[in-house]
Amino acid sequence: MSIPTQSPLQSIDAELASRLLAAALEKGGEYADLFFEYRSGADFSFEEGRVRTVGRGITTGLGVRVLRGDATGYAYTEELSTERMLDAARTAGQIASSPRAVGPLSVTPRVLQSLYAIDRSSLEHPGEEKIAFLRRADQAARAYDARIVRVEVSLSEEWKEILIVSSDGRMVRDLQPMIRFGVSAVAEDGKDRQGGRSGGAGRYGLEFFLLPEQAPEHHGSEAARLAIGMLKAEEAPAGMMPVVLGPGESGILLHEAVGHGLEADFNRKKTSNYSDRLGGLVASELCTVVDDGTMGNARGTINVDDEGNAPQRNVLIENGKLVGYMQDHISSRHFGQTPSGNGRRQSFRHEPLPRMTNTFLAAGQDAPEDIIRSVQRGVYAKHFSGGQVNISNGDFVFSLTESYLIEDGKLTAPLKGVNLIGNGPETLRQVSMLGHDFRLSGGTWTCGKDGQSVPVGIGTPTVKIAQMTVGGTRKS
Amino acid sequence: MNEIMNEPLPERMSAGASGSAARSSRPVPDPAACRRIAEQMLSSALKAGADGVEVLVRDASELEVKVRLGEAELVKEAGSRALGLRVIKDHRAAVTYTSDFSPSALAAFARESVELARLAEPDPLADLPAAVDMAREVPELDLWDDSVLGVGVPQAIDWAVRGEAAARGFDPRVTNSDGAGFGRVVAATAFATSAGFSGAYRGTSVSFYVEPICDDADGKKRNGVYWTANRFVAALMDPEAVGLEAARRTVAKVGARKIATCEVPVIFSPEAARGLVGQFVGVMSGGAVWRRSTYLASRENTEVAAPFIEIVDDPLLPRGPASRPFDAEGMATKTLVLVDRGVLKTFLCDTYAARKLGRRSTASAGRAVGGGPHVTTSNVILRPGKTPAASLEKVERGLYVTDLMGFGFNAVTGDYSQGAAGFWIENGERIHPVSEITVSSNFDDLWRGVDALGDDLDTRSSVQVPTVRVGKMTVAGL
Repeated sequence: MSIPTQSPLQSIDAELASRLLAAALEKGGEYADLFFEYRSGADFSFEEGRVRTVGRGITTGLGVRVLRGDATGYAYTEELSTERMLDAARTAGQIASSPRAVGPLSVTPRVLQSLYAIDRSSLEHPGEEKIAFLRRADQAARAYDARIVRVEVSLSEEWKEILIVSSDGRMVRDLQPMIRFGVSAVAEDGKDRQGGRSGGAGRYGLEFFLLPEQAPEHHGSEAARLAIGMLKAEEAPAGMMPVVLGPGESGILLHEAVGHGLEADFNRKKTSNYSDRLGGLVASELCTVVDDGTMGNARGTINVDDEGNAPQRNVLIENGKLVGYMQDHISSRHFGQTPSGNGRRQSFRHEPLPRMTNTFLAAGQDAPEDIIRSVQRGVYAKHFSGGQVNISNGDFVFSLTESYLIEDGKLTAPLKGVNLIGNGPETLRQVSMLGHDFRLSGGTWTCGKDGQSVPVGIGTPTVKIAQMTVGGTRKS
Repeated sequence: MNEIMNEPLPERMSAGASGSAARSSRPVPDPAACRRIAEQMLSSALKAGADGVEVLVRDASELEVKVRLGEAELVKEAGSRALGLRVIKDHRAAVTYTSDFSPSALAAFARESVELARLAEPDPLADLPAAVDMAREVPELDLWDDSVLGVGVPQAIDWAVRGEAAARGFDPRVTNSDGAGFGRVVAATAFATSAGFSGAYRGTSVSFYVEPICDDADGKKRNGVYWTANRFVAALMDPEAVGLEAARRTVAKVGARKIATCEVPVIFSPEAARGLVGQFVGVMSGGAVWRRSTYLASRENTEVAAPFIEIVDDPLLPRGPASRPFDAEGMATKTLVLVDRGVLKTFLCDTYAARKLGRRSTASAGRAVGGGPHVTTSNVILRPGKTPAASLEKVERGLYVTDLMGFGFNAVTGDYSQGAAGFWIENGERIHPVSEITVSSNFDDLWRGVDALGDDLDTRSSVQVPTVRVGKMTVAGL
């Protein structure tokens, strides 16, 4: 299962693609695209001091989409025989019902910019090299503290090739590597037991591990530090109070509070609480929110979106004012705009949707120390496990895995895991200070929408939310 | 609901199974054909030098239809099949998968999988289960309905249009729609193991939902959903009934507001309580026990819930959404009592967890095509009480929870905190809808603090739960 120097996608040429598109459109569809995908992946799991399992897998397939108005017909196949591919094209084409003769379609291959060129896929390196990274993380976690009783380390790598061909004549190929690494540790002190996790991901080869914040030792000791720190965590308070969000991972706030609500499909259907608010003030004037699919090797970066459009730096909110949505093909047509490079999908089995890439809140002017110092009593949030939003009403939650009480402007007791709950526009109006310490999180963020998962990036500087509900158990 | 998760552990490599039957020329998933492929792969891998081999083959076809504002929005039809392999060589394990079924590719796949195992380190506990533990027969669980294949695209669209129209016609406050949809999956699963078993089964499932939207103050929208699902088409609720129930639930949310932070009894609807039960049985997994990642690790045969609570895992439930005649290691499945009169009776184990804990597997191994075996539940049932569900709301002050949000459960400590929405109750009556609050507790306090169960078991999904009332929880709001 070495990587074929030629993936099965190499044999798909413009002539075959045109034939498939013609079949897709023969029932009268207005637009069709083909999404070919070849994915080769491996994973390694390490626990109790040894490599427990090695995994390997390859998936190949074609997804065919046909549009008639706002209606989508979709079909896919894993077998890339001409017969099966034509079958999928015709099945997707049945969304339309006025047969017509389709003339020859001409498609032109395009060459893309390369935002994350890597020398060699990690999959080409011998497994032993990767196992060495697992061991280093395991040792770092165990060496951190004698109270660390369990360590699990995992590494997964993926080499993904895509080929997109559309009936308006575009044909693009892209390579999308991804490497992810994670450590989880359990600490026990005879009385309590706590867990901690640390991980990172990006579009890299094995040079990923040379980044200081992605070194195996860093993740090992960080997972251990979180587990040990939680041993003396106190119950979190309950109720409204000031919340300071640390730089980087707190970008989860943007992702949930505004990100999803600004995906164009919800606004086209007017099911988002940001619908019809373009040009309006939806956040504190300190806030500028950006979605940028062009940020180097970041997890959410793409050379091309899954509909064949180039990624961009899209400003969504500028100084508090709503200025743009994230568009896919269908929505951009509806809004009379050019696609913003946000049409993404989980795999060839899924239709594209407007999705985030790397979404962040731009830096402000304040010193992070001043922000913490300004809080009499509140919560400082540093690490998160995830979040969720209801698009319709804007309510969102996110779950903290490392947080501290702020008392008289200083971080004091570490707090047990707790949720913060807020409402998107209301919370962003409560942003009262913004740090100059912007950071993009290097974490393993995966975004879910309509049952489809895609890798994303998030980022923020230190942020002060004047008032927000903290979902602890201790009544103040 | 849209979400983001930080996943330090690897994404399961997806070699999914979903997919079409009626219109495409692709054949209907056939258990016998899958089993033949599984057995061929078994012998190829043994020939390639494996000491132990397990093969899982899954072939499925799907139809998904979505309608919005009376028009078709999506029609998706496809089929897919994939093969997952676990090989053991010198007590070393490799797990691989492929969707390329050509004979030459399968032969090469077998050889490379055995070769890959050399990278793992020896672990005798990873060996296959003993031959004596293998299933002897494959019980018939009534999981297949021929009429599912008869539901074509026009029929599915018609149902969705009718369901959505019923919702939009229910009340003028229903101003928009997130649509209505129908889905069906037809799947065949085959498993073969060198431990001495091969078997296959097939199943159908159909589901239907309606999701209306109301406009509320400040540009907020209120969405709600109701759905029906079964293995048999005839057992689905009528589209109109689903639409009306969805609209009733959505309209009731208009005007939702935050409440003051308090400690009150909390009543969870069956939909909301389902998540709590899922998390509860998750920490009864033998895998979590030997990894010391569950607060129940040393609590077997002790009280973990109120004395009237009984929870079972029943893989043999006829027509059950998650029924399975054998587990993912080839062992005969059986009904397990997990909690009896509030006492934790057993942990769920696959072979590896059982060996780690020095006991026998409970035949609870599950497996996706792209991953190795691990402990899973099947149909989990929290036995209902005898009290009419509505009378659980007869509290002086309390919170009725319809929706939960977020990932606020710490399995290691049992600490629990989730976002919630529902209704505020005074003197036994729902006074107004509530949103943007959290409910918090520790699972040990929560489950031992349950003081009533409704009689309204919700059998639509694989976690079947009635209304649940917890005597006291912290509600964080204003």
